[in-house]
Amino acid sequence: MPLLDAHAVHGGYGGMNILNGVDLSIDAHEIGVIVGPNGAGKSTMLKAIFGLLQVSQGAIRLRGEDITNTAPNKLVQLGMGFVPQEYNIFPSLTVQENLEMGAYIKPRPHDRLIDQIFELFPPLVEKRRQPAGELSGGQRQMVAMGRALMTEPSLLLMDEPTAGLSPMFMNEIFARIKEINAAGVGILMVEQNAKQALEIADKGFVLAAGQNRFTDTGRNLLDDPEVARSFLGG
Amino acid sequence: MNELVFFINNVVVSGIVSSSIYAMGAIGVTLVFSIMRFAHFAHADMMTLGAFFVLGLTMLFPEIGNAIGLPSALILMPIAMVMTALTAVGIDRTFYKPLRDNNVKPIVLVIGSLGVTLMLQGLIRLVAGTGSRSMYIAERKDIFRLELPGELATRPIVITEPQIILFVFAVGAVVALHWFLTRSRLGKAMRAMSDNPDLARVSGINTNTVIAVTWMIAGALATAAGTLLSLDVTLKPDLSFFLLLPIFAAAIVGGVGHPYGAIAGGFVVGFAETLAVFNWAVLLRPFQDMLPAGWELPTYLAFVGTEYKITVPFFILVAILVWRPTGLFKGKVL
Repeated sequence: MPLLDAHAVHGGYGGMNILNGVDLSIDAHEIGVIVGPNGAGKSTMLKAIFGLLQVSQGAIRLRGEDITNTAPNKLVQLGMGFVPQEYNIFPSLTVQENLEMGAYIKPRPHDRLIDQIFELFPPLVEKRRQPAGELSGGQRQMVAMGRALMTEPSLLLMDEPTAGLSPMFMNEIFARIKEINAAGVGILMVEQNAKQALEIADKGFVLAAGQNRFTDTGRNLLDDPEVARSFLGG
Repeated sequence: MNELVFFINNVVVSGIVSSSIYAMGAIGVTLVFSIMRFAHFAHADMMTLGAFFVLGLTMLFPEIGNAIGLPSALILMPIAMVMTALTAVGIDRTFYKPLRDNNVKPIVLVIGSLGVTLMLQGLIRLVAGTGSRSMYIAERKDIFRLELPGELATRPIVITEPQIILFVFAVGAVVALHWFLTRSRLGKAMRAMSDNPDLARVSGINTNTVIAVTWMIAGALATAAGTLLSLDVTLKPDLSFFLLLPIFAAAIVGGVGHPYGAIAGGFVVGFAETLAVFNWAVLLRPFQDMLPAGWELPTYLAFVGTEYKITVPFFILVAILVWRPTGLFKGKVL
């Protein structure tokens, strides 16, 4: 049974459909990457899965259980985590407090969980008492991912985790994503840096105009000359 | 020296008194704004309502404070704080929550709170009448006169018991609030919701609980501020009229959404008011002898007359909105 299975999902904002039947499926322990041109509905699909947007048709299942249009806080309890692209931290709270808020629904103490996050993102240790809003872009992204991981989710959704980061931080974040995945967390992310993302992807979904254009393994999509020409810049 | 004593009595003491009251009111305004994103105009009436709850309780048990030597009203204040906290939650559930659930614009909530203001004012007058009341029913106010050593000062520094209690209470409340916001799980959730409500919801924070706690803190602090002010002067149904502008000015001066800014703003507004109405001619009097013959110092030299005190926070408000709309502590723009 797939970890996440979305079938013919339609949806959008205020009656305007952005998604016109997206199919998407990843197994436990897999990395799925959604790529595609601007306006293809990549982020919209992620929001639709996480209950932040009304799905008008189609079905989304988590481990076979129907989660279509379920409220986000319910999904967190079912083992999903979400890292939005923007506004993904609490800027005036310290790094440690950001992580504590991630585990709000978990019984305390959170020390073990917090230590796990610091192990994964060592640069955060010395910043733990600093307001998260004062950190660099890459470190903020670490806080954002750390917050979502505090509930020990089985599926982590990430909206453009490397947007606006320098190449050095970008590689760092990709390396961490692989590490998180290796620890048993299924990952579904939207990425602009398509080539690098597809290289670590088990499954790749190329969306255009709210529909699947290509669906294959990350490797095969990278090797497909048509995908390369139309979506990966030659 | 007597001039200095006059300055202490009229500026230092009364400045601290009004500053503490404004600070406690402004904390409530700023907390409500940071959690629910609207300016709660009925806040000053919550202060009045809380003080009237205390008055009602004091009329029921006028002698209760005699045993320990504190004003009865003060002993009964915690009960009234709980009553007002629950009333605030009730008002929210009845009037503001339905609006929030319909995703209205903040201005609709502001207008709604204006309606609550009028309703509370009407209810208070309906039950308690329109006259001034003393919070001391079976007791007298203790007044302390501190004689200064030396021969130069013949007048004492005058401090009343409620003034001391007010200051001690305000300091205690601020320390407790600081502890709550930085150490407790719920306090941190409050700050998180103020920072980023969507992310707070996604993290599984129960936003309804946070909202209820915000109203409880705001209601309890409003009651304390209203009661201690009424103990110091008298309790009138139109108390809120003289409090609304200063507490909003204090919240905005401090930077809306910043509890510590609200405290600083309370002190800025409180002292600006007392310094503006202070008769500076008194401090110049000792220099009269140095002036050439025929030169008279004015006997009255204040920035504004006492009856125009309420204009001072208004000017501060305008100035801060023009020159630094985010306030001293970089808050949100209203």
